[in-house]
Amino acid sequence: MRDFYGVTLANPLMLGTAQYPSPAVLEAAFRQSGAAVATVSLRREGGQGQAFWEIIKGLGVHILPNTAGCHSAREAITTAQMARELFETDWIKLEVIGHADTLQPDPFGLLEATETLAADGFQVFPYTTEDQVLGARLLDAGARVLMPWGAPIGSGLGLNNRYGLRTLRAAFPEVPMVIDAGLGRPSHAADALEMGFDAVLLNSAVAQAGDPVAMARAFALAVQAGALARDADPMAPRDMAQPSTPVIGKAWL
Amino acid sequence: MRIEVNGAMREVSGPSLADALAELGWAEARVATALNGAFVPKGARAETPLTEGDRLEVLAPMQGG
Repeated sequence: MRDFYGVTLANPLMLGTAQYPSPAVLEAAFRQSGAAVATVSLRREGGQGQAFWEIIKGLGVHILPNTAGCHSAREAITTAQMARELFETDWIKLEVIGHADTLQPDPFGLLEATETLAADGFQVFPYTTEDQVLGARLLDAGARVLMPWGAPIGSGLGLNNRYGLRTLRAAFPEVPMVIDAGLGRPSHAADALEMGFDAVLLNSAVAQAGDPVAMARAFALAVQAGALARDADPMAPRDMAQPSTPVIGKAWL
Repeated sequence: MRIEVNGAMREVSGPSLADALAELGWAEARVATALNGAFVPKGARAETPLTEGDRLEVLAPMQGG
């Protein structure tokens, strides 16, 4: 299994901490999901930050701070620096958002921020698209992980461009990759793992479910199934039927 | 002096960023700071002077995806 900056995850699942109905549901969902990583953010201190920090520490998982909401490299770099001090980790889920409706990455700002942060010792997890050329540039800039989107953040559409994602996966066989954003159902997560991605990162699919705790468990099983299937080398699909029952020995009736 | 703290104008006496944080009740809080858009590490707060009209961001851990 490919590792993330030297860290091997117990389960190929990274889970967001936002939008849960209550802190108790968040904690129960994390336990059921078996998630090995929790994503978090930084916001203006309004009195709740200290209690949230205690909850996050109590989860006992790796912490991956994000730069969500940043629309420029400069903003993302400053946010990353603040995150490193606050969460005591070099990991950063680097988001530089290019458009408010699609929340798609700004490839130019992302590349600039990746270059600066990697040079400054950060371990960058860039939230990117399935674009192979951008992937290559991000790796040149010092990223050792890629996080292509499945679909726009919060859309729940799944793997929007399977061809593009497959191509990206095949282009950089040594690079750990996480499908980040857009997953809605456990089948999407299983699909991503079967395709050879190393983990999935999701939030809304669990937090926005009618029963987040049950959905967390469903995702835990899905990523397990997907990873098992990938390692079991799935059969190649074919266009025509081929009988599975032996033809030889069939009775002459 | 008057400075902007997380988007709201506040009166602080300073003179350093560390002094202002203590005045605002965040002396012991787990927060990260940026002054006029630039990160100020915890260790540098005591030596970072404030001036009238400065823009201070005080960020804390928060939910995120």
